Amino acid sequence: MSDPRWPLWEVFIRPRAGLEHKHAGSVHATDARMALEHARDLYTRRGEGVSLWVVRSSDIVASDPAEADALFEPARDKVYRHPTFYDIPDEVKTL
Amino acid sequence: MYAQALDQPEGPREGGGADAAALEARFLARVAGEQKVEPKDWMPERYRRTLIRQISQHAHSEIVGMLPEGNWITRAPTLKRKAILMAKVQDEGGHGAYLYAAAETLGAAREDLVEQLLSGAAKYSSIFNYPTPTWADVGAIGWLVDGAAIMNQIPLCRCSYGPYARAMVRICKEESFHQRQGFEIMLTLARGSPEQRRMAQAALDRWWWPSLMMFGPGDADSKHTADSVRWKIKRFTNDELRQKFVDFTVPQARYLGLTIPDPQLRWDEAAGHYRFGAIDWAEFNEVLRGNGPCNRERLEARRAAHESGRWVREAAAAYARKQRARASAAAA
Repeated sequence: MSDPRWPLWEVFIRPRAGLEHKHAGSVHATDARMALEHARDLYTRRGEGVSLWVVRSSDIVASDPAEADALFEPARDKVYRHPTFYDIPDEVKTL
Repeated sequence: MYAQALDQPEGPREGGGADAAALEARFLARVAGEQKVEPKDWMPERYRRTLIRQISQHAHSEIVGMLPEGNWITRAPTLKRKAILMAKVQDEGGHGAYLYAAAETLGAAREDLVEQLLSGAAKYSSIFNYPTPTWADVGAIGWLVDGAAIMNQIPLCRCSYGPYARAMVRICKEESFHQRQGFEIMLTLARGSPEQRRMAQAALDRWWWPSLMMFGPGDADSKHTADSVRWKIKRFTNDELRQKFVDFTVPQARYLGLTIPDPQLRWDEAAGHYRFGAIDWAEFNEVLRGNGPCNRERLEARRAAHESGRWVREAAAAYARKQRARASAAAA
């Protein structure tokens, strides 16, 4: 009998309290608990984190790279959304 | 642990009309501009296949690389050395897992990649087909084999394919411990009894030339295509990396009071490099063809491990099925 294929899970680690979880990689596991155990063994051998999330890769909805221009281009010419766009005289403080 | 000669060209160029040509031109411009390629981005089929092959062979090398050193875990001379060696071997397994995960982002299935290793269809680094008859070999592997691996892998941290580059960053951080613990073993032996010094020298004699071969064939004979360079997968030639390794390692051997087994080795003042003797490529090719001292043993060990773990994988899958059935029955 050929091996059953185990689902893929994405692993997110919170490096320490106060920081957000960040994507670290992925593991294969039959269920959520095994995914957490594998993530712990694989991605936190050197104190990389204090908390783990695992998410079924198939549950992640991603934007299409082909639509990246349509999605993100409009933000590029709106420089007035950044504080540095505005000229404020040097004499004016705490602004 | 390292990617040697994993860059052979494969297959003909894919067909496709003007659209494909335009996509490829845009892809090359992005890569030339040092922009990273991510899994869902368009990429030439040959780029994808080259990477799957290189990354999976690299992963196989990590997994097989656990065997020569694993051989010494139960016989490590002290509890400290044993704990260190277990951590190192566990790291190698972890490196294999990071790399398989990176290959999977390109559409390969892990089970298929593992099957290619077990069937003998896929290559792995030929260095792991050499035996480790003494404890000093564990030191020499860390110092030389991991040292050569780091030399190969640091440029891969800047590889154009994002998931491979990220895996390499993580791996390189961990490899540094591997190399240093190996050198420390050699240093302890070199400062020990005459018998221990002889052991260290014999291990250096065994591992020096195979370590130089790890960088793959010389540039004149290298089968690597211009593609790997153009695609920013490969950034230095085999000979460049090999020379750098020799330049770094010779002074370390001198510090240990050991002799590099190469009568032609000499310092070239004008060039600022050590010149070394000719490498026995016939030996390299024999090992690559499967006729090294331990090729059969390594594959047999992997197959046995895979087979004896089968019931665990099947039980885990059955348990997950049962839990899912219970959950849906409870929900109904």
